[in-house]
Formats: sequence, structure tokens, C-alpha cells
Amino acid sequence: MPWTKIYSNKEEFEKAAAGSTLRGITYKEAILEATSRMLEQDKSVFVIGEGVDDAGGVFGTTKNLHLKFGKDRVMDSPLAENGITGIAIGAAISGMRPILVHMRVDFLPLTLDQIINHAAKWHYMFGGKLSVPLVVRAIIGRGWGSAAQHSQSLPSLFTNIPGLRVLMPATPYDAKGLLRAAVYDGNPVIIIEHRWLYDHMGHVPEDDYTVPIGKGIVRREGKDATVVGISYMAYEAMRAAEALSKEGIETEVIDPRTVKPLDMGLIIESVKKTGRLVIADTGWKECSVGAEIVARIMEESCGILKAPVVRVNLPETPTPASPALEKAYYPGVDHIISAVKKTIQK
Amino acid sequence: MKEDLLKYGLSTLTKTLLIDLFASMLRIRMFEDKIIELYPEQEMKCPVHLCIGQEAIAAGVCLNLRKEDYVFSNHRGHGHTLAKGTAMKPLMAEFYGKITGCSKGKGGSMHILDIENGILGTSAIVGGGIPMGVGASLASVMKGEERVTVIFFGDGASEEGVFYESFNFAALKKLPVVFVCENNFYATNSHQSARQASCKISSTAAPFDSHGTCVDGNDVLSVYKAAQEAISRARRGAGPSLIEAKTYRWKGHVGPEEDFEKGCRPKEELLYWKEKCPVSIFREFIVSRQIITENEIESISAGIREELDEAVRFAKESPYPEASELHKDVYFGTRD
Repeated sequence: MPWTKIYSNKEEFEKAAAGSTLRGITYKEAILEATSRMLEQDKSVFVIGEGVDDAGGVFGTTKNLHLKFGKDRVMDSPLAENGITGIAIGAAISGMRPILVHMRVDFLPLTLDQIINHAAKWHYMFGGKLSVPLVVRAIIGRGWGSAAQHSQSLPSLFTNIPGLRVLMPATPYDAKGLLRAAVYDGNPVIIIEHRWLYDHMGHVPEDDYTVPIGKGIVRREGKDATVVGISYMAYEAMRAAEALSKEGIETEVIDPRTVKPLDMGLIIESVKKTGRLVIADTGWKECSVGAEIVARIMEESCGILKAPVVRVNLPETPTPASPALEKAYYPGVDHIISAVKKTIQK
Repeated sequence: MKEDLLKYGLSTLTKTLLIDLFASMLRIRMFEDKIIELYPEQEMKCPVHLCIGQEAIAAGVCLNLRKEDYVFSNHRGHGHTLAKGTAMKPLMAEFYGKITGCSKGKGGSMHILDIENGILGTSAIVGGGIPMGVGASLASVMKGEERVTVIFFGDGASEEGVFYESFNFAALKKLPVVFVCENNFYATNSHQSARQASCKISSTAAPFDSHGTCVDGNDVLSVYKAAQEAISRARRGAGPSLIEAKTYRWKGHVGPEEDFEKGCRPKEELLYWKEKCPVSIFREFIVSRQIITENEIESISAGIREELDEAVRFAKESPYPEASELHKDVYFGTRD
């Protein structure tokens, strides 16, 4: 299917789509389009966050929406992350569907009381009589010396909490479809986006659609090993798979798309076939999404592995600033290639 | 009588309203007293944070409100919700952990819900409900509703960053919110003077270009008057106000007992405040001015007793949730 593919730029997309009428837009344009459509169709949707109405529009994802829908619905906010999160939750329980935007995931720790103690609990704590249709978008920064406080992805802070959903779309198609699904899910949903995906291009239908939360996707079929690639690492996994293919190793690439809930069925089916598993994600290793995947395989189908799992994660250090250290810090295509080879040699 | 009310700037207050204020306070007091009576049975298996001594604030504020107005409260929230009009049955059943409770037994005494009366859930994280109240108010304004939102919190919550974040936002957007700080001087056992550099909570409003006032929280007419002004400001679009109402909690932070014997607070302090009991002072006020007779008071009490007895019977006879309820309501849209 055209929307399962990953293209890192316009040229790649256009080459692949040559001769077809498929429309291609970038990841950031897909987010902008989904948001704009919902603002247009539904009075209960509004956008709030620091700088959502500034000229850049959060790297283009909210650009000029305030001109179209007014500053009352595309609302700049004070630098008060926890308070604003509580305000968004209060609006959500009173019939609104707020989309709260943070330029960096690193600002989410400031909001943990409202997300963990309030948003995640309100439906359960009151016997299911109220719901919290809140969407929190946050962006992983990377590179150019972003350093330790402007580069984290932190999904595990949220995947541990019942009541929350955590989405990590890797393509423009999923960015649009999952954002719409999140707004209409009725639960508090954290969407972690990766800055390096923002200019990636892919086929995105103009019509409204949703991508089901909790359904992963096989991005590439293969028989020799399974690579689960999350967020930006799904792209790196595809590059690795192409390189490995030239050496005669066929890798199956799975993009879970949502990490809570996690589509374990899809992962287990693939590992049953390949017997080998590599997990590449954007965060640290301990108590990570990868750790959860491995634990669930052990619990549900521990006999399916023919070799130990290899995980590709960040080293256990905060993010450094210097380009020399950044280079040593971030794993990529080569790490995934080595990891796949390691599982196959066992 | 007229002159007395004039002193409060409340010359138009009706006899019915004076009686309602008293009845509302009495209903809260009797509810809390009933909990004290029943708690030793250990059938009410949840912590209780009683508001005895603070009834005038809940009554004085809530009797200014309409049914559709929102009230956000906290762990010490029985009084606020009762004053807003919540029935005793779903409250009592919740405290007993029963499926018929307002939160189906999943919330307990700190998590009260009464959507019909504008209570969209209470938070037990100090200060946690404050931004949610501001957000509910924002939603009202966006939807073009004429609701006012009242947020009750304590002197401890006035130290939380989220209070300032929320107040600033409400003032920035001129939202119809009334912040009511019940200053009972203690956060658990820690005195205000040990926690706050300047013990002037009401002056917090000024830097946000908003109205702040400090009233005697044990004088229901003072509270009523301050709330009337603040709510009217909110309704006419003049933005939020802050009312600091000074009062005292008679019981310990949690549970049915007084805490001076444990050395938490001086006994003399409690005795001083008991002399300033909001319920007896106002009772004396309306009886001495022939607003109400002792017989009428007895009849009000009898009505409350009846409601209480029925609520307790209902709570005790109601079933517990089935174990299968445990996994329900985690996510909206999926009952399992």
C-alpha cells in the first residue's frame, strides 16, 4: 500500500510515486492539515500551547491556524505547563477536545501531576461517568547541540500509567490519521512526534481518516529477522533492511505506531516467522518500550525466539551537546544492521 | 434586623435565604457528625477529611450559585458538595465503597462527583483541582454558557505553583471564576506561619490586576456578601476574584478525632475557635431576631436527620461492586 512506505524527502517520494496521482505531503503538513480540518468541522476542538500562534507555528504544524480560526481557538499560552495541562483537562471534562502542544517532550515532566494524577485517573476515579478527551502533542528534538533538556523522548514515563495512550507516528499518513483518532478517542492521549520526521514525505489522502490506535503495521516483509522500529527508528530500520537485503538478509520491519496500547499480536506473529528480534527505539533501554516488548514475548510466547533479542537504544547518559559526542550518542542504520547480523549469527 | 443586614450590605436578603443559609450549614454539620458517630464501626473504609468548623464558607458561597454553575473542590469537600445541592445517599454510599456511590465506589470520600449539580470531580492532590476549574470555566466561555466556576482550596494549596499559574490564566482571559481559599491555618499539622513568608493570601490577586478580599470565614453573612460580589463580577465579565476566608478546622487533618492531644495544635486555640462556631453564632443571630423559632429549627433538624438515616441505610444496604468492576472504566469507550 502506498501509505505504508517511508520516504525521507520529496525527491524520494516523487521518484516512487512517478506516474501515479498520489498526493504527497510532509509529516508536519499532515499534522497541520488534520488540525485544520478538525478545527473547521468541530467547535469543541481547540489548540493551546506556547507559541502555537507565532510565525513559525510550532515548526509549521500549527502555522497560520490562528489567522483562520482566531486566537480564541488557536491559543497562545503562558509558560505554565502544569497549570495549562490542568486547564486543558478541565476543558476536556466539560465538553471540549483540546489539543495541547509542547515544542519539546522535555517540557512534559513539568506536567506530570496533571497528566498522571488527573487526566489518567478522572474516568476511572469517578466510575466512568466523565471522560477526558485530551490530546497532548510533544516533539522530540535532536541534534544541533540540543543537549540534555531539549532532546528526550520519554514515552516510558507515560506507558507505565493505566488510563493513558501513547502514540509515536513515523509517517505523514500516520501523523494525520493518528492525530484525528486521538482527538476522537475520548481518552487522554500523548502523541510523541520526532522533529527529524517533520520533513519526511509520504502519501496522505486529502479526505479525513483515522488510523486505529493499537494497530501496528508491517512496513516491509522478510523472513530472516524482525526489526521493531519506533518513531524515527522505523525509518532507520527501513534503511537497514534495504542494505541487509543486498547482502541476502531479508528483514521484516514492524512499526508499532502506538506504544500504549502496543500491538503485540503483530510483533509475535512476525517473530514466530523469523525467530529473531531487534528493537530500535528513540529512548533509553531500561524500562523502555523495548523492555516491555521483550517481557511480553517472554510471558506470552517465550519459545518463539531462536536467538537472544538485541536492542538498539540510546546509551545510558543524558544527551550531550558537542557534535562529536552526539555522533557517538545516537544509534542509526549501522547499529541496526549490526544488531540484525548479531541475532542471525546466534 | 434590617440594620444588622445593612451592616453587611445585604439589606435585601430575604428571611427564606437566611433560613436556607442556616439549614445548609446545619446539614453539613450533621452529616459530618454522623460520620464521626459511624466511623468507629469501621464499615466506612476510607479516610475522611471533615470540615466541621468551616461550614459557613461552603454555605455562604454556594447559596449564591445556580444549579448549572461549577464547583471544584478538594479532599475536604463534603461541605462544598452538600451546599451545592448534592444528595446524601450517593455520597454516603461512596464513603462505604458501594456500587451505588457517586463514583461507583472507585473514588471514596476524596473523589466526589455530581455532574447534575456542577461537581465534575474533586482532586485529592493539593492544588490539583484549581487548573481544572479554570479549564472548565474556559470551556463554558468558549461554548457561550453563562456558568460561573467556584474553586475551593486551602491555605496549603495557595503555596502550590499551579495556583499562581491558574490564577494568572483566569485573569488573563477574564474568566468567570471565583477562587475561594479556606484558610484554616494548617496544612496537616504545619501552621501557616511556618510555611508562608507573608500570610496575606488575599493580596495574591492584586499582581494579577484582580480583586482579592479577606473575610471572617466563620461569619456566614460576610462570606455570603463577598461571594455575591465576586460572583456578580464574574457574571458581568469582569474576571476572577479571590476570597480568603479565615476559619478553623476542629478535627484533625484526617479522621474523626480532635488532634490537640497528640500535640498537633494547642487546645486553647481549638477552644477559642469553638467559641466562634459558625453554626451556633448564626443560629443565635436568627433566633434572637425572630427570623426563626426553636420549633422551626427542630423541624429542619428532623428533616436532615431523616435524610441522613435514609442515606446511611441506603449506603449500608447497597451492594459492593463486583470484583469484575476492577478492570472497568480505565478507558473511555471500552467497558472492559
